[in-house]
Amino acid sequence: MTGSRDRQGYGAITAAFGITALAGAGFAVVYALDAGVRLQGLTLLVAFGSLAIGFGLWSRRHMPEGMFVEEHPVTVSSPDERRALYSAVDRAHAPLITTPWPRRMLLTGLGTLGAALLFPIRSMFTGPEPNSSLSSTPWRAGALVVREDGSPVRPGDLDVDSMLTVYPEGYTHAGDTAVALVRLRPEQLALDAAALAGTVNGVVAYSKLCTHAGCPVGQFVPTTAQLMCPCHQSLFDVPDGAVPVAGPAARPLPQLPIGVDDAGMLIALDGFSEPVGPGYWTTT
Amino acid sequence: MIGRRVVRFADERLRLAQIVRKGMAKVFPDHWSFMLGEIALYSFLVLVLTGVYLSLFFEPSTGERLYTGSFEPLNGEMLSAAFASTVELSWDVRGGLLMRQAHHWAALIFVAAIVAHLSRIFFTGAFRKPRDINWVVGTTLLLLAVFNGFAGYSLPDDLLSGSGLRIASAIVLSVPVIGSWMQFVLFGGEFPGNDVIERLYAAHILLVPGAIALLIGVHLTILIRQKHSQFRGPGRGERNVVGSRMWPDYAFRSIALLCAVAAVVFGLGGFAQINPVWLWGPFEPSHVTTPAQPDWYVGWVEGALRLFPPVEFTVFGHLVPAPFIPGVLIPAVTFLVIYCWPWLERRFTKDAVHHHQLDRPREHPFRIAVGVWALWFYGLLLIAAADDIIAAELRIPVFDLVRLLQVAVLILPLLAAFIAYVLARALRAHPEHRLTTMRWQHLGAGLPRRRRRHASASVRRSTE
Ligand code: FES
Repeated sequence: MTGSRDRQGYGAITAAFGITALAGAGFAVVYALDAGVRLQGLTLLVAFGSLAIGFGLWSRRHMPEGMFVEEHPVTVSSPDERRALYSAVDRAHAPLITTPWPRRMLLTGLGTLGAALLFPIRSMFTGPEPNSSLSSTPWRAGALVVREDGSPVRPGDLDVDSMLTVYPEGYTHAGDTAVALVRLRPEQLALDAAALAGTVNGVVAYSKLCTHAGCPVGQFVPTTAQLMCPCHQSLFDVPDGAVPVAGPAARPLPQLPIGVDDAGMLIALDGFSEPVGPGYWTTT
Repeated sequence: MIGRRVVRFADERLRLAQIVRKGMAKVFPDHWSFMLGEIALYSFLVLVLTGVYLSLFFEPSTGERLYTGSFEPLNGEMLSAAFASTVELSWDVRGGLLMRQAHHWAALIFVAAIVAHLSRIFFTGAFRKPRDINWVVGTTLLLLAVFNGFAGYSLPDDLLSGSGLRIASAIVLSVPVIGSWMQFVLFGGEFPGNDVIERLYAAHILLVPGAIALLIGVHLTILIRQKHSQFRGPGRGERNVVGSRMWPDYAFRSIALLCAVAAVVFGLGGFAQINPVWLWGPFEPSHVTTPAQPDWYVGWVEGALRLFPPVEFTVFGHLVPAPFIPGVLIPAVTFLVIYCWPWLERRFTKDAVHHHQLDRPREHPFRIAVGVWALWFYGLLLIAAADDIIAAELRIPVFDLVRLLQVAVLILPLLAAFIAYVLARALRAHPEHRLTTMRWQHLGAGLPRRRRRHASASVRRSTE
């Protein structure tokens, strides 16, 4: 390597680190002036980038590559060494093996203690056993149907072929209460008599929680009278009892039976007869 | 000289002279692909540093409080502390947005680098004995990295990550027998639960990064103990490593890589907006954003959820819900197969000896076929996670696209695997060629022949 080439190589490296200093100072200035995220990113990009170039050039031009050899030790112990270990272990264990009871009781003790220490996990949630909380919602017979802002709903408030998201009064932010209220023409509904009794003038109510993974089934497609889940595009047929017709959902949306109270406001006639939302082991 | 004084101080107390001298002379192989793991290591470093900064401002609580800050549309609203503090971090903390975006980008790069590193290890057979234990450590690191990424982007309590958590909760719920208990324990009750942000926070900033740091230590200790594997070449053997010395040659190159990773991460953090939570808005149980896509490293699970047919069945009168197979079983089997791969392959190759030299990928056509199958399969699932966006872009009905992808995900990976198999065999028969220099007539050597000859050939090769 000649001296001039050496100097030349080092010049670029020095320049790179010089840029690091400038860009670093630039970051401080940009920060002090509150000049925005782009310039902050740019100065750090240049600072670290020039640092990388400096180090890269330095190693590339002035450090030998790939000419060193390191011997591997043998990666396994020799049979003799291993046998020596075995017998040392055997010797050390001999007294433990001849008296089995302490060992057995130790295992029993540790097992019991370990199992007992799992109990505090139950404190990680409060309330009743999961399967019973999952299977119930705040919807009860007589619960007033309200919008997100708490206002009650008359059947006539909905246009035909439209959807409204409603909740039981007092539970507008709960996770399992959202209901999709859809109004079709009464003759469109192809439900059995019991289900039909839970509708009002073509207004039918289904849980809004997708039976696939629980997303709110937010889109109503008026042309086909279908509810669509935005998460994985499950489609539910509204006139047919919200049975899934496409996508990964496998169960219909549970229907909420609704009626009107004396003031003409929509109320629930009963709670859901099956769990809402995604399925779990004890869903039937 | 100050350097000498430091050395003497340390050496007089710890007797380090010999160890340090040996360490400086440790030899690293020079192939570029050995630096993929280092990219992962350095993104982890950036993640820790930027993450510590973020933790100074983030409030991990779903408790509501008033937001007053410079993002006008939300000014004066009651928001969860987690969401409000994330918006403040982005809009009102100077430098906060840069750190947040750099942190997010670093996480994407972190997992990508791990996957690239894993592919390198896989295709070159570096996972074979004695490095099979480090393969297990590395796979665990991948698992932890994916989990921590998911936990991290769920923290801001925004509407997008809320959808992710909702789907995660349904996946947990779908586990037979203990699913509902697990879901309640994790979320503190029925979804959305009161405590999930706090719990994810503890996991995201303490437990998981701690475990990752620990396992990186184990990973590197095993690597130093076993020394590097290397490609075959003149002067290289099973009993040596040929390459550059640790100090200064390799260290300088590695530091350059560290700086390059930092440059890319901060450059992206400054210029490429990522996860603008203020646009998604706060989480609200009955709302959802559309379209909603998760970060790429969990996208394949989302894709599987979208493509898998609506299959629910009962076992002894109990329901196994639809998300179980795509959301639990497929990921579980995926990681199980990755974990077990060194032993699975050994069953076929009957190859139980130590390997310190790497295969050229072509030398194991079957392994290549498996790897290419996996890249295509999971790649297509990842694409399927964006099926709604793609369908909208192409102006085709999303259901047609789903059908298409359902077929594609079964057929294309197999096709790609077969092609890769043939190419690998052709290349194996013409070792002097590379993919780009092959001619059509070389392909003949790659077409599968009678089984017996091929089997004996591969055994011979692997026991050489
Ligand atoms: S949550 Fe509705 S389709 Fe998956």
